[in-house]
Order: sequence, then C-alpha cells, then structure tokens
Amino acid sequence: MSVPLTLLGLLEREPSHGYDLKRDYDTYFGRGKPLPYGQVYATLARLARDGKAVAGEAEPGGGPDRKRYAITPAGAAEVEAWLAEPSEPEPHLQTVLFAKVVLALMLGHPAEHYLDVQRGAHLRRMRELTEARRAGPLIDTLLADYGLFHLEADLHWIDTTTARLGELAELVRAS
Amino acid sequence: MSSPLIWARGVVKSFGQTPALRGADVQVTAGEILAVMGPSGSGKSTLLHCLAGIFPPDEGEISFDGQRLDQMDETRRTELRRTAFGFVFQFGQLVPELTAADNVALPLLLGRVRRKAAYQAAGQWLARLGLEDKGDRRTGELSGGEAQRVAVARALAVGPRVLFADEPTGSLDSLTGEKVMDLLTGLAREQGVTMVLVTHDARVAAYADRQVVVRDGRVTALETSGTHGGLR
Repeated sequence: MSVPLTLLGLLEREPSHGYDLKRDYDTYFGRGKPLPYGQVYATLARLARDGKAVAGEAEPGGGPDRKRYAITPAGAAEVEAWLAEPSEPEPHLQTVLFAKVVLALMLGHPAEHYLDVQRGAHLRRMRELTEARRAGPLIDTLLADYGLFHLEADLHWIDTTTARLGELAELVRAS
Repeated sequence: MSSPLIWARGVVKSFGQTPALRGADVQVTAGEILAVMGPSGSGKSTLLHCLAGIFPPDEGEISFDGQRLDQMDETRRTELRRTAFGFVFQFGQLVPELTAADNVALPLLLGRVRRKAAYQAAGQWLARLGLEDKGDRRTGELSGGEAQRVAVARALAVGPRVLFADEPTGSLDSLTGEKVMDLLTGLAREQGVTMVLVTHDARVAAYADRQVVVRDGRVTALETSGTHGGLR
C-alpha cells in the first residue's frame, strides 16, 4: 500500500485537513491498522515540499492539523499515472489494487479500464512463467507454479471486483 | 503487425430474445495463438462458433483468409470447416464406440484420403501425442486426458490452418490439463497453426500469445505495459 499516493488520491476529491484524510484513510484502507497522525502530517509535508500538494494558511485553533491541503496539477498527474499503470504482478497485491479501485471510483476515473490493464499485466507475467516452467527443470517448474497459482488468485479477485464495480461505486459515492 | 488471417467486425448474434454478441470485433494473425477469456455467459463460445463458421452472425462481418464467412452458404462453410479448421472441445466429442485410431482417421476418410494413408497418419499423430499403444482402444475406455489427446490428434491430423479450442482442459485435472496444453500449443506452434482458444482459466490463457476478454457480448483487448517508477 502506498500511503503517500493514497492520501494524494483522497486529496484529489477536495482540499482537506489532515484529520479528514486520516479518518477517510482509516475508513477505507486502514482495516484495523489506523494511520498514525504523525505519519499523516509528515507525508503531507513531503507532498507539499515536492510540489504535489499545497498547504493553506493555518486556520484558527493553530497547530498543523488546522491547515487545509490541496492537490496541485503535478500531484493530480501523479495520482492519474499511478491509477492507470498496472502494478508489478506479484503475489499479495490485493491491498494496492483495492486502494486503486476505491480511489478510481471516488474520483470518477475508469476503474474497469484500470482493472483490465492490471489483468493484462498479470497475464503477461503468467505467460513468462508458463514458458519458464515448460522449458526448465522440475525445480523451475515448481517455482513457476507457485507464482502462477498466486497470480491466478489475484486474477480471480480482479474478475470478481470487475463484476461488482457497480455495487462498489454506489457504496463509495454514498459515503 | 501483418494482416489478420481471421477478423470479425461488429458481430451481433442472438438466440431468440437473448443477445450473445452485441458488436464483437476481433482479429487473429496467422500463426498466432489467441486466448478468448470471459465469465460464463459472456459470449466467448458464441464468438468462437461464429469465427469458425458454425453459427452465421445476425449482423456484422467475418473473414477468413480473405473469404467472407458471413456471406457463405452452409455448404461452403461446412467444406471450409472440414478442410481448413480443426476443433477441440471440452469433452472431446469423440465417438466412444470407435477406437482412438478410428476417431483420428475419420475426418481424413471423410476428406477422401485413402484408408491405408488415413490410418497411417492417425498412427503417427497418436504417437506424437504419446498414445502409440492406445490406437486400438475404444475412446470410451480411455482416461479423460487420453481422450482429450486423441481429440487433439484428430484436430491436427487434417492439417488445419486454424484450430478452434473451446475449454480444451475444462474436464481435466490441473496436471493432466497442463500436459494437454503443452502438447496442444507446442504442436500448433510447430505446425504453424493459428489457434483461437476459448477459456475461463487464466493458467490456460497464459499459453497464448495474446488475450482478449469478452464481456457482455463485446471484445476488450488487454493491454500490457511497464510499471510506474514514480512515488511509491
């Protein structure tokens, strides 16, 4: 899970305080592992330093949590590139893919297309492993099988999520 | 990319009131193995049947080697299926009362190959598939994997230009399915046979050169690209 990109994606919806970002992150992506406040503000500071977000004036009440952050065009481009490009196909990708799908639906981006791109990347890796297992000794076959079965499980998740995108979009937009 | 051996544009096919294809576009290059994936009921098998000239489309164009299948009468399409296409289906569709050699020789005999030559070719193909000692066994007595290898031998014996395979490992266990796919795709590549492979199984689709997905009766080509090297 990329915390900076996920926070940046949440910022793309609307300018937000760190508190709001942490609440939404914990609701959708935390799953029993809440994001520490310190990490939220450190990440926002880095995003601002790198020109991907800008911090507004401190609002009454003082303290870092009273600044409202907004995404910059460079930050929005970074989010778009992250969502659109497939992640490296490897086992246990679900949390990253899940974050991408939810953010894409929140932002009105083409989640189904992103899932198809990821499906293509997975199948390309599966082709490579299939070729490796066909040409190689038994040890290579067994190692390739391990990768193939895990990638296949990811693909099942991608297929099921694609079939449930409408339902998920309604849930995300209603909350 | 060279010109496609098979292409379909805007293919629509319904069964009664139920639409199966709603404007499917696809193309297959000579020598390519194309996997057609998709969930149950998506229209992927209907697409295979249309590309193979088994089902005439309600609308749209289908071409094989410059000939319009959608404009051919049934007699010509049957002739094309017998001479240029080979088929492997999920359950083999062999004649269980006939021997393995009979099943492989049958399409050759129907194509007026002399009996001796047909059985000689059948024996050679069965040997290629590791079934040299099974030629005189009735296919109803063979295991699922053996029967499916007979089906592959029968499909390739006619020297097809295109092999249409619909869930060819769907009734087999994982290891047996892998052996069948190794043989099927290995021999197709060796013979330069183009293949359209319908499957819901990603591991089977991974044997293909390219994959498309049929969803709600339309075809989506899958992209493959590099990874993003920016903020992580």
